[in-house]
Parts: sequence; structure tokens; C-alpha cells
Amino acid sequence: MTKKITIEPVTRVEGHGKVTIHLDDQNNVDYSRLHIVEFRGFERFVQGRPYWEAPVLVQRLCGICPVSHHLAAAKALDVIVGSGTGEGLTPTGEKMRRLMHYGQIFQSHSLHFFHLVSPDLLFGIDADPVIRNVIGVALEHKDLAVQGVMMRKFGQEIIRATAGKKIHGTGAIPGGINKHLSAQDKEAFLNGPDNFNIDQMIAWSQGVLEFFKDYYTRHQSFIDNFATFPSNHLSIVRKDGAMDLYHGVLRAVDDEGNKILDDVDYQDYDQYIEEEVRSWSYMKFPYLKSIGKSDGWYRVGPLARLNTCDFIPTPLAQAEFEEYKALTHGKPNHHCLHYHYARLIETLHSAEVMRDLLNDPDLMAGELVTTGTKINKGVGVIEAPRGTLFHHYEINEDDQITLANLIVSTTNNNEPMNQSVNQVAHSWMDGQPEITEPMMNAVEVAIRAYDPCLSCATHALGQMPLEISLFDAENNLLDSKRT
Amino acid sequence: MQALIYGYGNPGRQDDGLGIALTQRLEAWVSENQLMGVEFDNNYQLNIEDADAIAQKDIVIFADASDEDIEDFCFSRVDASAKVSFTTHAASPGYIVQLCKELFQKEPLALLLHIKGYEWAFQEGLSERARENLEGALAQMKTLLTDLENITRLQEDLKKC
Repeated sequence: MTKKITIEPVTRVEGHGKVTIHLDDQNNVDYSRLHIVEFRGFERFVQGRPYWEAPVLVQRLCGICPVSHHLAAAKALDVIVGSGTGEGLTPTGEKMRRLMHYGQIFQSHSLHFFHLVSPDLLFGIDADPVIRNVIGVALEHKDLAVQGVMMRKFGQEIIRATAGKKIHGTGAIPGGINKHLSAQDKEAFLNGPDNFNIDQMIAWSQGVLEFFKDYYTRHQSFIDNFATFPSNHLSIVRKDGAMDLYHGVLRAVDDEGNKILDDVDYQDYDQYIEEEVRSWSYMKFPYLKSIGKSDGWYRVGPLARLNTCDFIPTPLAQAEFEEYKALTHGKPNHHCLHYHYARLIETLHSAEVMRDLLNDPDLMAGELVTTGTKINKGVGVIEAPRGTLFHHYEINEDDQITLANLIVSTTNNNEPMNQSVNQVAHSWMDGQPEITEPMMNAVEVAIRAYDPCLSCATHALGQMPLEISLFDAENNLLDSKRT
Repeated sequence: MQALIYGYGNPGRQDDGLGIALTQRLEAWVSENQLMGVEFDNNYQLNIEDADAIAQKDIVIFADASDEDIEDFCFSRVDASAKVSFTTHAASPGYIVQLCKELFQKEPLALLLHIKGYEWAFQEGLSERARENLEGALAQMKTLLTDLENITRLQEDLKKC
């Protein structure tokens, strides 16, 4: 009897994502698919709107990482207003945006690790879900949980100080930024209370890295072998090969580390990247044109970024990077759970960048905006917490947006997440007569390594939890589970 | 008595902005009437750092849009809850209260104001029916904030879910 297992997180507005695992007659996994419904209507929604509204409008797209969309849109509009492609802003404009962005990376990575990853590591992915959460961490490892809360809060406060407010921030505008950093905020971030200043954030970032490395030493086989498979990797890097999460050129490497794309101006991204449509998913599958649909897919996000860059331009993170790279002898790292390791190195890097920026006098004074000759097309790319984010806009003579194309990080990771689910399904479910909660969590662990944004934009009371259902060949429901 | 009114939701998604609209209207009213001891906050969704924000308060009232089967608005008591969602992207009021209890050994009296919404598209502005529901919720909140010291008695008169 052929069976179909469905894991289905249902949300109210945006549609839903689900995992289906198809079993053959012997209860072995035949194939699996991760379906994510992405709300594509946004690209049509912005058509006809004045282009300068885009950096604020796009925050409607995602209430989870609005800063990333805000900045990617602003970067695209920099090009349209003639302010250049990243290098043309005033020092104040660029550095304020960088501070905002690295604050976003810091808070998002901290949240992901402490809230979702640490429970799996501390209690095991097969532990009772009643304790396998951050409340459980709070009960048994209170210091770690408090650090997570305060690191997330620090990043959020950086965003407030640079974007202006928590909801629909307006900091970045076409050609620059609309405010300086206040002396009061600067002082608070640099010399605030013991548990809330940048030096403490750096120390805690180092501490959580040591926590992970200690865990890795004791569980290397699990970390290295969970959903591991070779792939291409893509990100932006600084022109000299340094990690740069705010601006750079496109670089992609293959599974051996050979450069597929290098020093590519992202204004021309559509010459190199194409998106495939598959009938069973609303979300597209991007791939590198030069390699083709079947093998041209790539990973993005922390794992990919540490595979594409040559070095990290802050000393503490660079030292960690060298230790990390030694694990794979300088070759690309393809271990799914090393996303967490890479994410923590980026967390430390972000804290170092924030410290350097907070000490930079350009944040307190200087011109905010540059202007130039307007053109009708602009592309903005940024390394969002979850990976490379593309915003592409075209406008008409009346300054109205005529075309918008967004490739979000989760879309870039669509095929890799499918590959990961497939790996876990085979490892955990082949020949198993029953789907247990630990099996379900193993699938979630694989997906969550990518920190996907399955439900951009909104929330409300009445949301449904994650569901798993088991069907036979005639679509009769055999079993159903909820988390 | 220190109170925090915390609205959450996305005002770029029509009625999902009901919680934010409530806090904005109430904050202006509290300022005009020079009421002491009431602070306001808002965000797209609740998250773990809010455990720290509520730790210093005696009373917390969360306000959110709701698509539940309710008439217009209602209040419910927020009990500490360890239930966690699939992603990192949002947390329930009960989860925040539980986290506050575990991390900071504080458990403020917490209520959740559910305000019925109807439209959720990519637009600013509340639907007409949602605005009517907001006015009703505002009236009850004003009564409550005027006499916060008697919150224990007053909450008995609130419209319950």
C-alpha cells in the first residue's frame, strides 16, 4: 500500500507550507517534497505606486525581517535615483544602513539559535517537545536563555535607533538615510548596563560559539551526518573576497569550491540566475543558468556565505572562521547542521561590526543623502539573515513602479530544503510502520537549519499548529499528528 | 501600579493592525488625560525579548487582531504557557508570560484583548466593521485605565471571551 505523509503548518492569510513524504509498498520513502506557498501577489501590488514608497511598502511583505526588505528596496532605489550601486552613498548614509543591517543579523541569528536550535541540542531532537523548547532551556540553563533574550533585544534596539521605530521604519530612503545616530543611543549601546552593552554582546557571542563547539566535540557524528549533501553555494562578497553582508558582488562556488560566478555585478543578476516553476509548488526554484536546472541550484545563508568568502574582516570572527574552515580542509562545508555553526560565527562578526560602527564619528554627523541622474531600473541585493535577497524594480516616466521582482532567501533555498527533507526522510522513515514525533521533529530540524520564513507578513490569533497526516493510496487518512 | 499596553500586528495588512491602532489611540488619550503609570509598546509580533519588557510591570494587556468566532471584542486572562510554535517568528502572550516567570521570576497580571478583524490584504487602514469593534474595545480600555488600582475588581466587568 502506498502512503503519503503530510506535514502541514497552516497559516491564516498567506496560505501554507507542508511536507509530503511518499512511501512505497515496503514503507520505504519513495520521494518527498517541501511545498511552501509564498505570497507572490506583493510584486503586483507595488506596481503603479510611486517608487519612493517601496522601502516602506515592502515591510508589509514581512513582519519578520522587515529591515532586510527595507534595505534591499532602498539599495535598488539608490540605483534609480542615480546614487550609485552601493559605493555612491555618503559615509553617514552607508554606515547608518550597515549598523541597521548588522543589528538585524545579530538579533535574528540570536533568536534562531537560542529559541529553536539550543533546545534540540540541549535535550536532543527526540526529546519530549514539552521540554524541548526555550522554556525548557530557561528551566535548566537559565543564563543561556537570558543571554538569548538580551542579545535579541540589543539587536532590536539597534534597529529602532537607526530605522526610527519598530513598525514600518523609515530610516533608509532612496540615496541614503534620514537621520544620524543620537548621542544618547550611542552612549547607551557602548556603555550601557553590564548586561546591555556592545562589549557584553561580543562576549556572549563568543560564549555561545564555545557552547556550540563543545557540543560539536561530543556529538560530531550527529552534526556532520545529519542531512549532509554536496551543493553549489551563492552569496555576495566584498570585491576583495571578504564577507560583506550589506554590499558586494555575486559569487558562487561549486561543491569543490571552484568559482562558478565571481565578481558579478548584481545589476545583471537576471543574466546569471533563472527561476524554474514546478507544478506542485507555488514557490519557484532558482538556478544558475550556466549549469542548468538539474544541477544549477544552490544554497544561500550562513553556510553558503562561509563557503563563498575568502575571509571575515573582523579579528575574532576571522579566528573562528579559520578553525571552522579547517574542519573541511578549506573545501566547502556541506553539513546541514553546520548552518548553526556558521550562523554563530556571523553573530560574532555582526557584534564586532556594530562595535566598530558605534565608535565611528560618521554616524553622528555628515551628509545623509546623495542624488544623481535618475534611470528607470535598479536592483538591490543584500545578505539577509536567511540568505541572499534580490529586489528588482523598474519605473516609468511618471515615477511609478512598472515591474517588481523579488527573490527572497527562502526561495533561493527551496531546492536545498527539499534535498534536506529527502535525506532525513530516508534516514528516519524508511521501513518504519509509524510516524513518531521524533521523526517529525527530525524533518523540522532539517528545514529549520535554513531558518526559512514560511509565513511572511502577518499573524493573528487563530493560527493552526504544525500537522502531520498519513494517507493511503486512495487518500484515506490513516493517521494524523500535531505539534 | 505600573501597566503596559502592548499592541501587536501588521498595520500594512488591514485589520491585522487593530492592536497597533488601539495602542496609538489609547496613548494619545492617556497623554491628554495625564494618567500616570501606563506605558505603551507595539510590534509586528511578540517575541522573546518581550519577557524582559513585561517583567517590570504589574499589569500587562496585550491587544491583537482576531479572526476567531467572536462578536466584536473580548478579554481573556493570559495564563503562562510553554507551548512553542514551529518557527522563531512569533510567540503567544502565554509563552511570553511563561518565559518572564522562568527567567525573571515575575508574573504580572496579563490579559489579552481580542479585537475581531475581517480584511487582511496588503493595504493600510482598517475595515469599517473593524473600526467599529475598535471603538468598543477602546471604551472598555479607558474605563479600565482610569481606575487601574482596582483592576482586580474591574476585570470582572470586562467583556469576556
